[in-house]
Amino acid sequence: MSMQRLHPRSASQAREILIGVVIAALILAALSATPLLPWHLLDPIRAYFYERPLLNNLAKAVLLVSFMAVQCLFLIWMERKFAGWLQARLGPMHVGWKGVLQTFADAIKLLLKEDIIPALADKPMFRLAPYLVFVPAMLTLMVLPFSPNLVGFDYHLGALFALSISTTGALGILAAGWGANNKYSVLGGMRAVAQLLSYEIPMILIVLCVVTLKNTMSLTQIVERQAGLWNIVAHPLLMIPGALIFFSCALAEVYRAPFDLPEAESELVSGFHTEYSGMRFAIFYIAEFANNVFTAGFAAILFFGGWHGPVLPPIAWFTLKTLLLIFLMMWVRWTLPRLRIDQMMSFCWKLLVPASLILFCLTALSVVW
Amino acid sequence: MTLTTTEITSPGMTLNMGPQHPSTHGVLRLVVELDGEIIQSCRPVIGYLHRGLEKMMEARPYRHNVPFTDRLDYLASLNSNLAIAQAIERIGNVTVPERGQYLRVLLCEINRLASHLVFLGTFATDLGATTVFLYSFRERERILDLLEAMTGARLTYNWIRAGGVPTDLPEGFGERLTAFLDEFQFALDEYDRLLTGNRIFRARCEGIGVISREMAVAYGASGPVARGSGIAYDIRKVAPYDVYDRMEFDVPVYTEGDCMARYRVRVEEMRQSARIIRQCLREMPEGETMAKLPKIFKPPPGEAYSRTESPRGELSCYLSSDGSMNPTRVHFRAPSFFHLGLLPAMLPGVKVADVIAILGSLDTVLGEVDR
Repeated sequence: MSMQRLHPRSASQAREILIGVVIAALILAALSATPLLPWHLLDPIRAYFYERPLLNNLAKAVLLVSFMAVQCLFLIWMERKFAGWLQARLGPMHVGWKGVLQTFADAIKLLLKEDIIPALADKPMFRLAPYLVFVPAMLTLMVLPFSPNLVGFDYHLGALFALSISTTGALGILAAGWGANNKYSVLGGMRAVAQLLSYEIPMILIVLCVVTLKNTMSLTQIVERQAGLWNIVAHPLLMIPGALIFFSCALAEVYRAPFDLPEAESELVSGFHTEYSGMRFAIFYIAEFANNVFTAGFAAILFFGGWHGPVLPPIAWFTLKTLLLIFLMMWVRWTLPRLRIDQMMSFCWKLLVPASLILFCLTALSVVW
Repeated sequence: MTLTTTEITSPGMTLNMGPQHPSTHGVLRLVVELDGEIIQSCRPVIGYLHRGLEKMMEARPYRHNVPFTDRLDYLASLNSNLAIAQAIERIGNVTVPERGQYLRVLLCEINRLASHLVFLGTFATDLGATTVFLYSFRERERILDLLEAMTGARLTYNWIRAGGVPTDLPEGFGERLTAFLDEFQFALDEYDRLLTGNRIFRARCEGIGVISREMAVAYGASGPVARGSGIAYDIRKVAPYDVYDRMEFDVPVYTEGDCMARYRVRVEEMRQSARIIRQCLREMPEGETMAKLPKIFKPPPGEAYSRTESPRGELSCYLSSDGSMNPTRVHFRAPSFFHLGLLPAMLPGVKVADVIAILGSLDTVLGEVDR
């Protein structure tokens, strides 16, 4: 039986997963390998857009959002496949090749579902909440440099912008929790806000370390100044603990196990999105994965040299690094149990905050020296 | 200038956990009063699965009642079968042939493995480690395959009957079982390492839901719950039935009384069950498996009480007879019922997340509670 074949003890599983990631990156690389495709045919269109800045920005925004939506669908499939492999089962197999179209089918199903709003819900808030979560998730991607040329908005305060915008997502989660008029949702919403605000502090401190080292807040500049040596290689004593703290905070920021308390299934049913169904639920889901992409991409930019890398084009390197970090998140999620709220808080305030403060002081000292 | 302080109080929140909640393991409803995330009080509400099984049994001949017991503790129905089968044998003075006794012990221990595997998986899932659930269910699947080969059923076996066991082992069963046990012990060690060595798992279990020795005695706890609180009490040792007195096995006891202790007791019990199964396979004599019972079974007037060690604790059955074909009263002492009674005493002061951990560590089955 297939159950027997897919034994988790076999090393071939891990190899298969890694090969999958590499193949995905290679496909992306092939797509972006400029000389192979007749890109010059697009020049008149490009010129047309460059002459009209407003239209140009609009086109960029549409592209970014649709790219993210498709990537989220892919990531959901990837997560389900990884979960399946880790759990000695196959994951989605029926829709498309190896179930690759499963999430598209799910999305269509969600779109067609009846739109239910609980009778006693705070209706405006209930309707608004998914977008309050979705919009910040998309906005953060705006400043993320996918490659030297491919960046929505090359803002000179990119790091600050990304951090501040990503925090506002908590507002939407609180609105969802409160608006649904469900006790589990309220508990989930409260947990989400407490968690986000706490873990924001060490995260910001670690970002500040990188900013101090590279002397710029622009994400593009941070990547450019890592040419040749990634941060984690250039400053291993500061950046390896920094990356670890950042990764822990990132897990908490995107509500992933072991920090998935706001939607802890076994305790709070589904936490803040218990009452959501249909497209509103799908929007929460997409926002969650967009946040994943953002935090993984952010980590790749801060510590792993963003788009820098040999042979492959920049976009491929960036995507490969992001995908590997997302894979790491998924791996952690499907392995570890969940922390309790007070344990999670004490982990943040008693360990991560002091550690990141010390790290920041050391970074400042090393720069002054 | 004086500073006045007023204490802000807000009314607590009443939260209904269940009967439709992913972690109440069946249809249990817990009415908990919350102050933020801290439990103020808890009231378990049971009865959603009440089918009146005990009353139904009064209207049927003794031997027809065995299938009902499958629906008591549906995770270990062979152990429930055993409770009523023993009571019927006692009231009717029936002696089970030796091979039948060995087969019973064998089947009960296999079923104990399956039941504890469900515990392992659901407990880990309750704490957020969903992957362990699928691993333990994979092993359980192989046990179910074995039991299916033996009994023809995968959940409600109805295979331990008054007088013994209706058939002998199918061909090649012993080899399959041994092969499974060899792999299972390796797998169990691995799952144990995966959880026991995990700091988050330990943080969620150690010192949580402590049941003191005195409390366990006062509330009538039995089985792994009592043994996790330092009470070395196992019916298989205290009042051995069938051939348990010939078996060599240890009763794991941990004194901490917390969720971790109960978890460890069950993991260790799985190892001991494997030991018992191997001994059964090795020492089982040839012979009949079932005693001959009269077609019309009318036990003399009187009462009988059987005590067995089910995976959940002390499962007993009381029967009374007036000399007719049907029992006049059937009653089960369901261990889960007593363990649920511990909840109102244990829960005040803990967090919502701990409720799930504690409930999971008690490993209750509602089919047995509600009957």
